Amino acid sequence: MSLQYPGLIVVVPLLSALVISIAGWVNKRWCFPIAVAGLSVAAYSSVGLLFRVLDEGVIVYKLGGWDPPMGIAYYVDHLNGLVLAVVSVVALLNAIASKNSIEQEFPERIGPFYTLYVLMVTGLLGIVVTGDAFNLYVLLEIAALTGYGLIAMGGGRGPLSALNYLYMGTIGACFYLLGIGYLYIMTGSLNMVDIARILPDLYQSKAVMAAFIICMVGVWLKMAFFPLHAWLPNAYTFAPSASSSLIAPLVTKVMIYVMIRLILTIFTPEFSFNILAVSKPIVWLSVIAIFMGAILALSERNLKKMLTFIIIAEVGYMVGGAWLGNRVGMTGAILHIANDALMTLCVFLAVGNIVYKVKGAEFENLQGLFRKMPFTMGAFVIGAMSMIGVPPTCGFFSKWYLISGAIQAGQYGFMVALLFSSLVNVVLFFRVFEICYYEPFSDHHGHGDHHPEPIDEAPVTMLVPLFIVAAILVLVGLYTGDIVNHIVEFAIPKGLV
Amino acid sequence: MGDIIQTIVAKYNFWIYITLMMIGLYAMIAKNNLVKKIVGMNIFQTAIILFYVSIGAKRGATIPILEHGHGGGHNVVHAIDYANPLPHVLMLTAIVVAVATLGVALALAIRVYDRYSTLEEDEILSQIREE
Repeated sequence: MSLQYPGLIVVVPLLSALVISIAGWVNKRWCFPIAVAGLSVAAYSSVGLLFRVLDEGVIVYKLGGWDPPMGIAYYVDHLNGLVLAVVSVVALLNAIASKNSIEQEFPERIGPFYTLYVLMVTGLLGIVVTGDAFNLYVLLEIAALTGYGLIAMGGGRGPLSALNYLYMGTIGACFYLLGIGYLYIMTGSLNMVDIARILPDLYQSKAVMAAFIICMVGVWLKMAFFPLHAWLPNAYTFAPSASSSLIAPLVTKVMIYVMIRLILTIFTPEFSFNILAVSKPIVWLSVIAIFMGAILALSERNLKKMLTFIIIAEVGYMVGGAWLGNRVGMTGAILHIANDALMTLCVFLAVGNIVYKVKGAEFENLQGLFRKMPFTMGAFVIGAMSMIGVPPTCGFFSKWYLISGAIQAGQYGFMVALLFSSLVNVVLFFRVFEICYYEPFSDHHGHGDHHPEPIDEAPVTMLVPLFIVAAILVLVGLYTGDIVNHIVEFAIPKGLV
Repeated sequence: MGDIIQTIVAKYNFWIYITLMMIGLYAMIAKNNLVKKIVGMNIFQTAIILFYVSIGAKRGATIPILEHGHGGGHNVVHAIDYANPLPHVLMLTAIVVAVATLGVALALAIRVYDRYSTLEEDEILSQIREE
């Protein structure tokens, strides 16, 4: 059984998506349990796989028994073992948490929603687990196409934002495909390990350089790295809450993973950082990304949209950290993939609960929320603290590594950007807290008969996953040392100091 | 001057795909109509398919089936005699992806039309501003 984990991770959600779409025609109530069952198997397998990797090292899973490089092989090492566990757990928790909001927002389309949801998770898990560069492209498009559908389900401005996302996402995926084409011309292989074996002799070739840059630009488009971010805020804001709390934590983080995989595995750090001397400009780009994300977030009057701009700043953190070109920065970037996925899930689930009860995330709707929804807001505060980077939440530790990496690399601009963004996050979140703390303004003030609003919390099924995520944020923070020593340390090749 | 022409002619498949790609990109950026943008996107994808197909081709090579090879396939297989089938096979998948993307894009365009009764981007944006 445990030998088949890498296969199960992709096959079980894929088949359950099929079953859900059929079950949706018969009885809508079957969709949710099937989706949760499929995602649970995936989560169980990926966590089991992570522990197997910790014991045995790299696992190679040959699909259909075909040997690489001819067949497609799944490679699971410490890097994608960690990302797999995070992706599948986030997807499972969000599926459970968002049941009520789906029934409230589009009761007649539950079947299609869960089909797309599980299919998207299939795509994301596949991207992470695969060891074949072209396979990655196909799974990238599976995740993207289902994502467009999930965003468009919101109605309102959803479809238009999804269409804009689709243009940009398609260009991004095409660029990636083009880069892989150049790599294929040069190496004649699509297997990542095989390409990495053949490439070192070709490092001086202009075609290889072009392939690397084209792939990078494609991946940056998909992850909304600053000048290429225009599609993200509207797409995530106008998506239904159940979709945005799946897409916002996972898609950008999985694309960061792909970028790190390109840097570390397909092209070695030697090529990425030394031969191709572009680290400095890219770190400066990420400095701009962080500044712009923070400043644009300040100008927003909608909680959900404000969070989307914070995501853009967070993407800047990870790209910058990965391109610092040293071990500490890369550790911070990998750690931040996991942490950022969890804390984005936390705040987006809280926003989902608020939207469920208050029907909007505009700042003026938020008044009196601390009294009305104390539990949701409590978890939101933990998520916000993690975003700001307050110990012992996990956000502090990855930021610590990123800043130490910046100092070690002598990139003080990046350090300043990280500190600036943390300060802006303080302003952003405390402004929200302040609004939520005060009661709505009412006319009959001053008469002593002012009754505070009664508690009106979201249902327990929405609160429990939110609490679990909030607890994970603190736990991951407390165990950061172990995660770094046992997982992240092995995810980075020895050559990178 | 002769050198430049030589490089252009020798690698004409690259020039064609780049030109097509830029036409598609231009349509996506400059066109006002959503369907025209989608058509531009499809041209963009097709350009990359063309690029892949062209790199699998070889002068004087035949289809990659043993019986069609020189000498009826009874000799040792010379890779040089056959066109490379792998890029072509990859593009079958890419074509499916392109078709699916096109379908999703058109479906979204229908949803946009239902809401705003127009597909012209400037008119949609002015309607959004009025909201």
